[in-house]
Amino acid sequence: MPEAVITASLLTKKYKDFAAVDGISFEVAPGESFGLLGPNGAGKSTTMRMVGAVSTRTSGDLSILGLDPNEHGPEIRAQLGVVPQADNLDQELRVRDNLIVYGRYFGIPRRQVAKRADELLEFAQLSDRAKSRVDDLSGGMKRRLTIARALVNDPRILLLDEPTTGLDPQARHILWDRLFRLKEQGTTLVLTTHYMDEAEQLCDRLVVVDKGTIMAEGSPAALIKQYSTREVVEVRFGSEKNANVAKQLKGIGDRVEVLPDRILIYSDNGEAELSEIIRRGLNPITSLVRRSSLEDVFLRLTGRSLIE
Amino acid sequence: MTASIERLTSAGEKPRRWGSFYVAEHRLYAMRAYLQTLLVTGFGNPLLYLFGLGVGLARLVNVPVGGATYLEFVAPALLASAAVTVAGEEFSYPVLMGFKWNPIFFGMNAAPLSGLQIVNGMIISVFVRMFPTVAIYYAFMLIFGAVPHWSGVFDILVAVLVGMSVGIMIMAYTSTITEDHGQMAIIQRFILMPMFLFSGTFFPITNLPIYLQWIGWISPLWHGTQLGRVLSYGLVEPGWLTLVHVVYLLALATTGWTLAARQFRKRLGS
Repeated sequence: MPEAVITASLLTKKYKDFAAVDGISFEVAPGESFGLLGPNGAGKSTTMRMVGAVSTRTSGDLSILGLDPNEHGPEIRAQLGVVPQADNLDQELRVRDNLIVYGRYFGIPRRQVAKRADELLEFAQLSDRAKSRVDDLSGGMKRRLTIARALVNDPRILLLDEPTTGLDPQARHILWDRLFRLKEQGTTLVLTTHYMDEAEQLCDRLVVVDKGTIMAEGSPAALIKQYSTREVVEVRFGSEKNANVAKQLKGIGDRVEVLPDRILIYSDNGEAELSEIIRRGLNPITSLVRRSSLEDVFLRLTGRSLIE
Repeated sequence: MTASIERLTSAGEKPRRWGSFYVAEHRLYAMRAYLQTLLVTGFGNPLLYLFGLGVGLARLVNVPVGGATYLEFVAPALLASAAVTVAGEEFSYPVLMGFKWNPIFFGMNAAPLSGLQIVNGMIISVFVRMFPTVAIYYAFMLIFGAVPHWSGVFDILVAVLVGMSVGIMIMAYTSTITEDHGQMAIIQRFILMPMFLFSGTFFPITNLPIYLQWIGWISPLWHGTQLGRVLSYGLVEPGWLTLVHVVYLLALATTGWTLAARQFRKRLGS
């Protein structure tokens, strides 16, 4: 394995007594696309801010591109591209000017940055909006502009904090396409998300984070294999009956999970389990056999209860 | 791997050295959007104030003040106030905005720029706006015959110093604001406005009852105005007091700068 571009070991960030990030360790290889998955408040963004060399760690070790962010913040940040969770484009400036002033932060000469801005507008499919006001852009366009801006310094690592949150499906797919192109070009991507489909689309490898610690690590396929089954059967018997019916499902599937609105049966052969349910004379109102997804893994590891 | 090591060490070099100027460049880009307003106020304000006070009020106040005509007396104060007005605009909302409404400071900090560089960049950009504003004002003062002494030209520097000392303090405060409860309007109405009225601007502070004179003593505008008067028409005051004016203004600017830098670093790196 080539030398890691990011190495975190027992990385911790505490705010007074509260540990937002509680001793997490991971490595990211060059060219890899690495995801941090977790519910809100899991510590993803805090981790990203430490990796982005803006927030200092409380303890543990962190090395970005072989440098310690405590000592070499500007040197590290000069080689990163950052797409923050909330857009911080300058609304007072026009689209293209946003790229230009940002490129200047890195000391890129004016003429070069102007050329780069045009290339990036092309990449972000915003060439015809170069002179628009940022306020007039749609959410998806703003996101693409923020990504374009993050690429202005030709970064070695691109950090994306929930890149598609709040976007409509069309905008998300366009964005994924752009990110996939970067991945193909060999850019190292580190992203946080709570969209499982996004993680499956973009990440070679990911960690599931909850309450500041890593719950699991692996490729999406390996995680599904390890923490779930190949398939899931979803059956509904009506909200009142689900719990009762569940008792009669003994011996079906590897694992049964009863939810208020439906029952999930984890199995490697969903169709066979469904036939067995029907053979036992339990007639579900609706039934669905689907492939297991990262979402199943995620919910198993981080629980279903909503913590706000 | 030598190439990559070189890249590692050279990547942050320019931002480390020139970062403050990149921030200033960004702010100046933004100011371009309201350049017309800047020009209109830059030329309009001195014309209106000097005409109104020099031609209007000065005729009414036909009494020389400490050996100067009323216009000569009031002009250094107006000059310094013009700088304070610029400072009040550029160090208040843009700072609040940069942290809160349109958090560009976080974007700068995610790029290689530090909190201190952002503070310095703001100061540089305001200087670039303040200096010509004050210089234009001074040119109008010359046209209106409000400066008897050649050394009055240094009033430009004094005014900029006053503007900066007030403005940097405002920036230090504004950078602590996380919730907007109209603090900006309060600064404008209860600090800047009284300062403008009671800093010996239109009359010597000795005309005020003694219990109000403290406003003048702590007011950077009063210190700057008195210093400006010494230079422009030779106001007579003890030498130590002139020194106090300079030291007070410098101390205020330095304190504000230290506080602002600390607060920016803290807020960006939390």
